[in-house]
Amino acid sequence: MIGLILILISAFFFPGVIVRTKSITSGRRGPGIFQPIKEIGVLVRKGSVFSNTTGLVFQIAPVISLSGIICALLVIPFANQTAIISFEGDFVFFSYLLAFGKFFAIIAALDTGSSFEGMGANREAFFSMLVEPAFFILLATFAMFTGYTSFSDIFSHFFITGNDYVLIYSIIGFYLFIQIAMVENSRLPVDDPKTHLELTMIHEVMILDNSGFDKALIHIGSYLKFSIYGALMYNVIVPAAWNIFLQIVLFMAVQIIFAIIIGLIESFRARNKMNLNPKFILTISAIGWIAFVIILILTDKI
Amino acid sequence: MLFILMMNAVLFLIILSLTFLVFFIPKSYKYYYTLLLLTGAIVLSSVWCFKVFSGNCQVLDIHLELPAFRNTLILIIDRLSAFFIFVINLTVFVGFLYAKGYLRPYYQNKNSLSFSIHFFSYLWLYLSMIMVVMIRDGLTFIIVWEIMALSSFLLVIFEAEDRTILKTGISYLIQMHVGMFFLLIAFLLVGKATGQMSFDALRLYFSNHSNFLLFILFFIGFGIKAGFIPLHTWLPEAHPAAPSHVSGVMSGVMIKMGIYGILRVLISVQNDLLLIGITILAISLISGILGVMMAIVQHDLKRLLAYHSIENIGIIGIGIGLGVIGMATNNTPLSLLGFSGGLLHVFNHSLFKSLLFFNAGSIYHAMHTRNIEQMGGLMKSMPYTAILFLIGSLAICGLPPFNGFISEYLIYIGMFKSLSVASLFQSVIILGTIVGLALIGGLAIFCFTKAFGIVFLGEPRSEKAKMAKEVSNDMIFPQYITISFIVIIGLASVLFVRPVFDIISRVFNLTDITLIAGASISNLTQISLLSGVFVITTVILLVYRHYHLKSRQISYGPTWSCGYSAGTSKQQYTATSYAYNYNHIAKPVLQTKKIMRDIREDEIFPDKRTFESHSDDIFKKLLIDKPVNWFSNLLKKIAVMQTGQIQHYILYAFVYMLLVFLLTYFNII
Repeated sequence: MIGLILILISAFFFPGVIVRTKSITSGRRGPGIFQPIKEIGVLVRKGSVFSNTTGLVFQIAPVISLSGIICALLVIPFANQTAIISFEGDFVFFSYLLAFGKFFAIIAALDTGSSFEGMGANREAFFSMLVEPAFFILLATFAMFTGYTSFSDIFSHFFITGNDYVLIYSIIGFYLFIQIAMVENSRLPVDDPKTHLELTMIHEVMILDNSGFDKALIHIGSYLKFSIYGALMYNVIVPAAWNIFLQIVLFMAVQIIFAIIIGLIESFRARNKMNLNPKFILTISAIGWIAFVIILILTDKI
Repeated sequence: MLFILMMNAVLFLIILSLTFLVFFIPKSYKYYYTLLLLTGAIVLSSVWCFKVFSGNCQVLDIHLELPAFRNTLILIIDRLSAFFIFVINLTVFVGFLYAKGYLRPYYQNKNSLSFSIHFFSYLWLYLSMIMVVMIRDGLTFIIVWEIMALSSFLLVIFEAEDRTILKTGISYLIQMHVGMFFLLIAFLLVGKATGQMSFDALRLYFSNHSNFLLFILFFIGFGIKAGFIPLHTWLPEAHPAAPSHVSGVMSGVMIKMGIYGILRVLISVQNDLLLIGITILAISLISGILGVMMAIVQHDLKRLLAYHSIENIGIIGIGIGLGVIGMATNNTPLSLLGFSGGLLHVFNHSLFKSLLFFNAGSIYHAMHTRNIEQMGGLMKSMPYTAILFLIGSLAICGLPPFNGFISEYLIYIGMFKSLSVASLFQSVIILGTIVGLALIGGLAIFCFTKAFGIVFLGEPRSEKAKMAKEVSNDMIFPQYITISFIVIIGLASVLFVRPVFDIISRVFNLTDITLIAGASISNLTQISLLSGVFVITTVILLVYRHYHLKSRQISYGPTWSCGYSAGTSKQQYTATSYAYNYNHIAKPVLQTKKIMRDIREDEIFPDKRTFESHSDDIFKKLLIDKPVNWFSNLLKKIAVMQTGQIQHYILYAFVYMLLVFLLTYFNII
């Protein structure tokens, strides 16, 4: 339960920290940390404009995506506590639930009949298809190492195996989760949310026609996703057995550092050329294979 | 008890003989007569299934006395057969209800005989399928297997006025027979070694002969029916050609007869298990990944679904392959979960694939085309079909809370559980399979967002799409039966997984499963819980959104297109453009070809040009087209003997006689 509340809290300031980091590195004063949340408030209060082409799918898609993310949230553990719902293979459910939301986001974009949104939908489908194996390789590696198959069990047994090389795979896990989160959330270097040209966007172009309440839901979903991945990263680098109050502080610190890292990446990196993205994403899977080999060595299988 | 069994046998024989009466019923009553017989047969076989499942008897033997052949046909129903009968019954019944609306337009221009043949074949396809899963004797099995191929052939060529359909049908028939010969050879080998041609003799054969070779023979024979790559070449041709209720039944259940055969043989296999398991796993992974990869680039909706059947057969095969590997390595959890996932996927696939084929048929009904590039915006004109298709798509992508997820989950969890105990070699195999399965999932989502998005969403892309109307209710209502199963399995999976565990553990003699089965059941309960939470959250949010938007100002306008307001439906993303970037990296497999005349340098005002791109099925090219071409070329060369002059022919006869004379003289023949 604490984990759930922490994730919700960190989702509150997460986008603000990214924006703040970006404005500081580019030498602007920039908006306050809670500006993105205020914007959501504005969106919720606003009315909506719908395209005549759209129908039922477009209306329900944002809600389905968000409720998928909310349910995915329930399987994420924190510290020594098991997640609210935990069962063997819950990460499979987690991944497929996010995919369910993505399915609807994609067809909602196609529902508008716009070629821009079709393009965005196609890229989103394509890139998230490519990143899927990376997540599974990483979790399979963890499952093999710890001998458990649920988020809660894996993370609570992550550090008590008495292995001296624990840092190797916790760093690889941390790195891979960042990369997967960047692809899943359509951020740099795969996609640039602040680009001004429809032709070069992925996620932003899919939601061109969403407005008001629906757009607010989409933003909330995206912030929640960030803090979910932040929580996963936290779990691979902080031992679950540590003092709970220390952990709460550390959790917030990790989320802030994650947000700052994203801000820094977005300030100093350019977006990949679109046709280099598949290579980039497949590299993530390749690094996953390396992690797998390392674990094979650590568990004396090689 | 004996009396009841005899009654069963007599009833079954009566139904078999009544099928012939279809030819003598007036045209407008044929459908109802067939429905009556079909219902009778389905009720009868369901009663048998129920008896086997309820535990009164483990195995039900039914002796059919066939006085005309002076023979007794023995039907044996164990739990595996009962499971398959249940799957067959459901899809065949729904398919036939759907056929009522689908066949209506054909009543005007088709004569009574073609309807008779169609209904007769449908009945016999059903009867042969349930007999396939009940018969153990090799020769009778081959005969029933053959009836199944013939009746499905007659069903495929329903619209035989179209020459291409007839040609497709014949090609289907030939490929089925290639498979049949492999089975025949396999059975003959068994018969020669043990003196008995039957599935029961397999155990004896396998105990003192090479297991792998015979299994491969059976696997090829059954694999052609199931559609494993590279044995799949009939599938993408025959399914689009057949009427939709037939494609639904063929893809939903008939190809599963191949899976049944493979399982039936696997029960008896004793050695070489690891080798066999890895072979099945490798072929299934290839089928799964390539099947969906080829599905993505298809423009014919039914062909797309046909390629998707190959993918799903791949998933079923992955489950079975893992199960066999589990048996080889004494890893009971992997066996149980792999086999169960595969078997449950047989049922799941029969549900959503038949549903998708029925809806593809409804679209064909409304638009008279299967080309998805001409569709678009159908969700507005055909809302019920659209929602049914959407649920089918979500289920086939393996997304929770629908049924596809449950079977894929069982396979996944079997693999994840085994990773920590597996050796190096097995770990690498299992991780490869996990990656493959994840990739299949991602590709399936890519494929079905494309299919659903291009067909049902956006603006209509052609006049036909604009004119499309929702199909009649009698085509939609039967599908609710299928939908309800899809949702029930998704939300209350335990109800179905428990019997499947039971079947698998009994059939494959898996012991000590209580622990692992109990753990899986409790996991599935949690999944049901979380799925329930998901549904409830969605509903609450939707209701909230509804009331929230009521108090806000809502306005409508055209879709945003960068300020350009005169867009036409042609500017929408097409199926081809949706698959463009994917095509780029899938080139080595798909071999997409572009056909376009280049613009010459001296051509200042280029004239009209066409552009065309299509991708071949590389396996069809290498395995069917090339050998056939080679062979027909060879025959053409031999045909120089056919001169048309009578003198030459007399000369041939003379040479032949001389040859016979000489050979006999020297005692060679």
